[in-house]
Amino acid sequence: MSTQDFLRRLPSMGQGFGRRDRFQQRFHVDLLLILLLLLTAVFGLVVLYSASGQSMPNVQRQAVYFVIALGTMLTVAQIPVHVMRRFAIWFYLGTVLVLVLVLLVGVGAKGAQRWLSIGGFRFQPSELMKLAMPLAIAAYLSQRMLPPVFKHVLWSLVLVVIPTLLIVRQPDLGTSILVASSGLVVLFFAGLRWRYIVGAFFALLASVWPLWQFVLQDYQKRRVITLFDPEQDRLGAGWNIIQSKTAIGSGGTSGKGWLQGTQSQLDFLPEGHTDFVVAVLAEEFGLYGILVLLGLYTLIIMRGMLIALRSQDSFGRLVAASITFTFFVYIFVNVGMVAGLLPVVGVPLPLISQGGTAIISIMAGFGILMAIATERRRVTR
Amino acid sequence: MKAPKRIPIARWRFYGVILVLAGLAGSLVWRVADLQVLPGNERGFTFLQGQGQARTLRTETINASRGVITDRNGEPLAVSTPVTTLWANPRELAETPQRWSELARALGWSNADLESRMGRFAGREFMYLQRHMTPHAADEILALNIPGVYSQREYRRFYPAGEVAAHLVGMTDIDDRGQEGIELAYDAWLAGENGARQVIKDRHGHTVREHQLLRSARPGNNLTLSIDLRLQYLAHRELRSAVHENRARAGSMVIMDAQTGEILAMVNQPVYNPNDRSNLRGDLLRNRALTDMFEPGSTVKPFAVMAALESGDYRYNSRFNTAPGHIRVGGHTLTDPVNYGDLDMAGVIAKSSQVAMAKMAMNMEPEVIRSMYYRLGLGQGTGTGFPGEGVGALPNYDRWRAIQKATYSFGYGISATTTQLAQAYGVLANGGIKRPVSLLRMDEPPAGQPVVNRELVSQINRMLEQAVTRDGTGHRARTDAYSVAGKTGTVHKVGLQGYDDDRYIASFAGYAPAENPRIVAVVVIDEPATEAYFGGQVAAPVFSRVAEGALRLLQEPPRQRDNYVEKLPPRRPIS
Repeated sequence: MSTQDFLRRLPSMGQGFGRRDRFQQRFHVDLLLILLLLLTAVFGLVVLYSASGQSMPNVQRQAVYFVIALGTMLTVAQIPVHVMRRFAIWFYLGTVLVLVLVLLVGVGAKGAQRWLSIGGFRFQPSELMKLAMPLAIAAYLSQRMLPPVFKHVLWSLVLVVIPTLLIVRQPDLGTSILVASSGLVVLFFAGLRWRYIVGAFFALLASVWPLWQFVLQDYQKRRVITLFDPEQDRLGAGWNIIQSKTAIGSGGTSGKGWLQGTQSQLDFLPEGHTDFVVAVLAEEFGLYGILVLLGLYTLIIMRGMLIALRSQDSFGRLVAASITFTFFVYIFVNVGMVAGLLPVVGVPLPLISQGGTAIISIMAGFGILMAIATERRRVTR
Repeated sequence: MKAPKRIPIARWRFYGVILVLAGLAGSLVWRVADLQVLPGNERGFTFLQGQGQARTLRTETINASRGVITDRNGEPLAVSTPVTTLWANPRELAETPQRWSELARALGWSNADLESRMGRFAGREFMYLQRHMTPHAADEILALNIPGVYSQREYRRFYPAGEVAAHLVGMTDIDDRGQEGIELAYDAWLAGENGARQVIKDRHGHTVREHQLLRSARPGNNLTLSIDLRLQYLAHRELRSAVHENRARAGSMVIMDAQTGEILAMVNQPVYNPNDRSNLRGDLLRNRALTDMFEPGSTVKPFAVMAALESGDYRYNSRFNTAPGHIRVGGHTLTDPVNYGDLDMAGVIAKSSQVAMAKMAMNMEPEVIRSMYYRLGLGQGTGTGFPGEGVGALPNYDRWRAIQKATYSFGYGISATTTQLAQAYGVLANGGIKRPVSLLRMDEPPAGQPVVNRELVSQINRMLEQAVTRDGTGHRARTDAYSVAGKTGTVHKVGLQGYDDDRYIASFAGYAPAENPRIVAVVVIDEPATEAYFGGQVAAPVFSRVAEGALRLLQEPPRQRDNYVEKLPPRRPIS
């Protein structure tokens, strides 16, 4: 038995010494988090069965994806945190390279080029960036002096901006927002000075006009316009929002009942099993259903934040906080979009929406969280 | 291993972020709650729930079946049977052009038919494929499961009596609305009230399930006509063969209940088949017995005579000298077929002498005759309420020319329908009581109106009985089993240059049995084209056959033997 292993088995200071803790330490799992994720995913499968037009094959496929994702999570959780930190920047650089490849040789659909196809297997490299980004920024900053000085802030921003722009070019606004926020939040937690934050805020304000004029694609502009006035284009861009708001609104307090939603079952709601799945949930389970789902998410996020707070080193803390925060952004952007609060950007509802890549990358993120949670605690103080 | 770094991250940043996240989550919850449960929002949940229903809830019509029309004994004359109508949503059908030929074949169309139809209805959402199919045939096409093909239940009218009662019953159009005859006249009564139900439909228009029955369909009311289908068949058969034998253009016949004014049979030639309208022409559609007016001719002579007797200027035994068989009236010459010489009143009717009638009319105020016609119902509606019923013409002049006075008395210069004539003869058959004519069965006879003195009527009755004796023009109207009474009529038809010499309307009006009439019948044959054209030759035999058959069907006991002994061959002594 190596020293490393021996140390790993030591219970951490101030933590319980019970059998459960020893089990979690040993297998690098966080049972509470797993329980919450399982509950959410099962709830998701129930909703998905209804949302996919009662298609059992769809549900089975999604269940298989979830099992794969669970495996990925448990595997990632076994990677020691220091290894993650050491290889973070390489992981990041490799992902950037792949993102460049996507733009060159990627495949896609509906006017976007987001996937790489390798031997019949398709995957979306931008999902990898959701993990690579917080790891890289955290690794970079945690080895420098904290709070970061201007130079380091600048380099961090460069690290954030490059992949974000690559993803915007695909174009995939939703993912680029997630990737950017996952990087920026690391900066914030690393103790970014307020003057930078205030400065950035005004710089952002100033950049809105050129962004609108030169960067945003027509379809993205339409989405923003549609948000503010969905009635303007009822059959086109506004259709999704009008249908989803109608679905949510007609659910009422307790909903119409599982499989009873008219909007979703009768094909009025587009993308009901993917990005707009929460509208199906709202219609069939009502406000109670929404509160249960958001409650589960809240518990997951609180658990994530607790892991970040308990983490004894800045790398782990930054990464954990960033992953948890990104998870929140996922939910907020998705639900806000479906409820007509935010523009329509393609962000799936984590753990619920149908799709393989997204759930694997999210669960891999929770794997990193678990690795951090069960890291050997340093006794030194 | 490096010494662990001091952890510089301030906890308040975490708490701050958590606070912000909680705020954002709160705003999400607020937003959703706002959409789902908070009241008072103009675009809030009540609005959205209404929107949700508006997308999926559709109100559909449940077609009500139309009331059954029967004869007086409950025999069906018009019934509704459920049929299936196939329709298509061309937009949906356009999405699967590869299945068009399959559909066309199932419908028995050519591919070009379907394609041209699809072209005409391109971009629309509804077109009929085939209406009124048998449910079985429609199910076979529906079983092909071609997207965009739907069915709808409708009712189709069938007329079991076919052409026999076609003119009276009339017909409905393909949408089950009355178009002709009783179907039109009583459309509101017969038509049911369509029901409605709410169904849930998906975005493609498929009915997913029934949501709620709003109103069940109320079937239409049944209608019992006054006609007796047995008599109707009989009259139809006899009229058809008479029209055929005489190569006539058309014909009508009415049988009326002498006591109640109910029409027991009403038939016309030519006819159409309401169940197969492929050869339908406008002239086939007319219910001539009610709509067509003609100059009644000699059939109104009894009325003129009745007016003369009533006026007191003439009596039952008044006599006329008709020699030499013709008379000049205002530049016109009126002639009898032969010189009848000296005639009494009954002889005038029996021989139908124009000369005698003219002499009588010239002596009278024309208004006396006209008012008698009017009292008997000529020039007025009969009360059937039948669409397109004719009322005839009964002109009144300020100054009567001599020829007008004369012709009025023998039925020229006025017009009437077959049914009006039947009503007027009903007064004679009924002791002077006039009753409205009814096409519907009545539980009790309507109140009649006495229009002529009973004694006077019985005098006319006696004359009409004589008119069908061996010496009368109407002798062919007699039957073996029953006594009859009636009057023939033969008129020239009006052509381009006044009255045509060779076109006639032959008619007979009468009632039976003569002593206690049960039925009144009028036969009108339009343009008989053989040598025989007199009412007594053409129409009277039809009356005879129909009246005898009808009375048998009505179970009228035949008259006593000695009353018809004259018909029997002379007895030979048994040696």
